[in-house]
Amino acid sequence: MANSFTCNIVSAEASIFSGSVEQIIASGQMGDLGILPGHAPLLTELQPGPIRVIHDGGKEENFFVSGGFMEVQPDVVTILADAASRAGDLDEAAAEEARQQALKAFNEKSSELDYTRAAAELAEAVAQLRTIQQLRKKAGKG
Amino acid sequence: MAAAKEIRTQIGSIKNTQKITSAMEMVAASKMRKAQDLMKASQPYAKQIRNVVAHIADANPEYRHDYMVERDEVKRVGYIVVSTDRGLCGGLNVNLFKAVIKNAAQWRDQGAELDFCALGSKAGGFFKKYGGNLVAAKSGLGESPKVDDLIGSVKVMLDAYDDGRLDRLFVVYNEFVNTMTQKPVVRQLLPLSTDIGGDEQDEENARPGSWDYLYEPDAKALLDNLLVRFIESQVYQAVVENGACEQAARMIAMKNATDNAGGLIDDLEMVYNKARQAAITQEISEIVGGAAAV
Repeated sequence: MANSFTCNIVSAEASIFSGSVEQIIASGQMGDLGILPGHAPLLTELQPGPIRVIHDGGKEENFFVSGGFMEVQPDVVTILADAASRAGDLDEAAAEEARQQALKAFNEKSSELDYTRAAAELAEAVAQLRTIQQLRKKAGKG
Repeated sequence: MAAAKEIRTQIGSIKNTQKITSAMEMVAASKMRKAQDLMKASQPYAKQIRNVVAHIADANPEYRHDYMVERDEVKRVGYIVVSTDRGLCGGLNVNLFKAVIKNAAQWRDQGAELDFCALGSKAGGFFKKYGGNLVAAKSGLGESPKVDDLIGSVKVMLDAYDDGRLDRLFVVYNEFVNTMTQKPVVRQLLPLSTDIGGDEQDEENARPGSWDYLYEPDAKALLDNLLVRFIESQVYQAVVENGACEQAARMIAMKNATDNAGGLIDDLEMVYNKARQAAITQEISEIVGGAAAV
């Protein structure tokens, strides 16, 4: 058990994942972070993007979060996601459509639009696509 | 037979009322299940964020957030009162308002002034009558409230706290003990009390005050966001829990109403039968009396 730690991923609506893992790779505000057991306490904001969880025994699972916080304690990692889903559930077509829509909204300068919101939507859609493509690549390799 | 006819109409109208209340009971029962699911679904997040904030409170952060510092003097106290939008749920709201007033009276005795934020139209109506200083109100949250719906009202209270217009903030809601029991609770949100109910299990390796997190990007921005998120999640949790309480209380209230209607109908039927019997007896004795006279 020395090589693993507990990971909890929760979103406001539900508990997404809870279990013993070997490694977590998350996209933090300042770049991607890999967390191994015994990491120093750390608190970071997460960017929309994939979270890779490597289970005991090396099996890998992907989650998608659209922002949130991650707390790291030496033996437990808590991810408070704004919205989380298992990456397998992501739909590429829907993500692409969301991206197009966000882009369109972003470019329509004439309309009274909340730019920060459009930017956030765009970032989320792009992050979803990134997650899907990462998954796709891995599937191609394997 | 005039009296008998009146009683019969009365029985009919009570039967109609009974149908309505029993339908409402069943509706409340099914809604309660949904509300309970919602409550359970949001519990993990509320619990985990409470753990994280408890850790932060334990740590020795380079930056002490305003929310974590106890203020010496309490001049103004804020309450976020979570009530229902609709009535016919027994004493749920009344008990809650009583708890608020009792708690508020203690602060008033200490010379503090009071501000209220009403979530749900019943609380809004109550404070209009009661005369509290209502600074924010939101109603029409519906059966599946969204965090987004609450952010505005919560922000009003947090801004007031940031500006020093509030020195303490409470949330008041009904705790869902079980279907039969709902308990009004007054929980302190700000400043974060040291005992916010984090996990007790890692008590032994708690090292209060001797460590700190690494922060990314920096402590101030991060804690600002996290603590606001924490307050929002606590209020959201209060709202969904109160929603489950509402449906449970309504179910019980409607069940009682249905039972009472049944009792009333039984009593009235008894009176009706007696009146009918008396009329028949009277008629017979009149006929007999008439025949004897001839």
